[in-house]
Amino acid sequence: MVEFALDGPVERPSRWGAGLRRGGPKLWAGGALVGALMLVALLAPWIAPHSPIEQDLMSAQLPPAWADGGEAAYLFGTDSLGRCVLSRLIYSARTAVAVALIAASLAAMIGIAFGLIAGSFGGWVDQSISRLIDVWMAFPPVLLSIVLAALIGAGLTSVITAIVVVDWTRFARVVRAETMVQLRRDYAAAARVIGLSRGAILRLEIPPNLVPLLVTLLAVEMGIAILVEVILSFVGISVAGDTPTWGGMIAEGRQIVYQAPWIMALPIGCIIASVIGFNLLGDGLRMVLDPVQRR
Amino acid sequence: MTAALSVQDLHVAIGKGATSANVLRGVSLEVQPGEVRGLVGESGAGKSMLGRAVLGLLPANATIAAGRVAFEGRDLMAMPEPERRRLLGRRIALIPQDPMTSLNPVKRVGAQIAMLLRHHLGLSRRDALTRAVELLSEVAIREPQRVLQLYPHEISGGMRQRVLIAMAFACDPSLVIADEPTTALDVTVQRQVLQLVERLRQRHGAAVLFVTHDLGVVAKICRTMTVLHAGRVLEEGETADVLAKPRHPYTRALLAATPRADRPAEALRPVPPALIDSLWAEAYRFDRLSAMAPS
Repeated sequence: MVEFALDGPVERPSRWGAGLRRGGPKLWAGGALVGALMLVALLAPWIAPHSPIEQDLMSAQLPPAWADGGEAAYLFGTDSLGRCVLSRLIYSARTAVAVALIAASLAAMIGIAFGLIAGSFGGWVDQSISRLIDVWMAFPPVLLSIVLAALIGAGLTSVITAIVVVDWTRFARVVRAETMVQLRRDYAAAARVIGLSRGAILRLEIPPNLVPLLVTLLAVEMGIAILVEVILSFVGISVAGDTPTWGGMIAEGRQIVYQAPWIMALPIGCIIASVIGFNLLGDGLRMVLDPVQRR
Repeated sequence: MTAALSVQDLHVAIGKGATSANVLRGVSLEVQPGEVRGLVGESGAGKSMLGRAVLGLLPANATIAAGRVAFEGRDLMAMPEPERRRLLGRRIALIPQDPMTSLNPVKRVGAQIAMLLRHHLGLSRRDALTRAVELLSEVAIREPQRVLQLYPHEISGGMRQRVLIAMAFACDPSLVIADEPTTALDVTVQRQVLQLVERLRQRHGAAVLFVTHDLGVVAKICRTMTVLHAGRVLEEGETADVLAKPRHPYTRALLAATPRADRPAEALRPVPPALIDSLWAEAYRFDRLSAMAPS
């Protein structure tokens, strides 16, 4: 009898079903927001009603379609040059998504590498990397990005570079701390006792335990990358002037905020929705992936 | 005959300078091939430290001040790191104390066993999994195929310990260090685990150093035993002799403090504090003497 009770492992429910349920509303809300953003960015040429740079000076500063004087052809109205606000919002999503995906992934790769090295080697290696991170983080990130963007010139590449150069520290610091914690756990000692080298433990045993943390961090970082891109394009050192960006739209709308508040309000709304979406998605995914939550 | 494990005059200290503490004060012991030696002592006696010293798992702040640890006549401490790693897990294995934390929480049981087999025996993935099924059947796990697919938190503590025992014996080691393998388990499972260790030991012909504070366990499965206190060997010999005619007062006191089914609970006597005090005083005197002695 006793033997039987001891031998029964718990029944495993459908692996993904249970995981997704644990994610709860955060996962769904975040997933929906981020998914919508990605879709819009991907399908921009097909869903945008107008070209984002097509000017119609005869119908400049039209209010949204539902307000007095609005036109059905321009759902969210037009800006001071008569360009369709909705189309510009849609095309701006492309820049935002590209920056978020590429910059966050690159920052994660560099940060994880440094974090693993610092966390596992300890001693002077850890000391030098940690001090470097401390000094790095002492600079205000946006300021550093602006200086960098100014130094290496405007454009998508420099925006991404600036974000990577600034934000790898976020990953490095967290990965370093978590690596140290994981290496002190019994399973890491057990891995050494079965004869694995330090390199093998770092490659095979530790990273799977970092995944929940990294997924959260990556999602948050994508939100941050979007914000940085907005700031840089707001001050005009992001992509070229004819490429629409949310930051650029805010900058233009700011000058006529009393006459046409929607031009500024709409991109702000898009930014808020994207950043909240990424953060919710990160939280939700952590619930799904975290082995502690699995119990 | 070369001893499977030979420890000679091992001194281990934790910390440096004025705050350092000696944990092993010249321990010598031998485990012959196929022998099961119990290593008993109260907590803080240094018994786990001895096991960790053999496995090269001492904490970073511990130093081996003197002594020699040899496995089958080969000095483990003088051995180059890669050579030692080839022995660990294959010729020398550990059954860890806490089955709850000694398996990697985010890797399936099967993947962890397979990794060990592939690492040391160079098996293919498929062969490793086939062998893993056999190993799990050997430790009386029902439905081994299914258990291989599970994560450690999905099986009970007793099963996890059996998985770890299977892994310890997987590569036919000639020395197994069992570091209190039954301490974290409840009494009903303890017995199964002991029987299992004994059965596998006989099948694979391994020597076992069984670290424990439980004299009952020693009486059951160890042919010889060593009593450790304050990092010194107080008594050693055949288990039957030591338990029947303990020579050292500390061993006598330990026996009187061990609950037994054939004695009323009232007969239990704690180890007299005065005895403990005098033993520690002796240990410190020993420290001072060795500090004065020219090294």
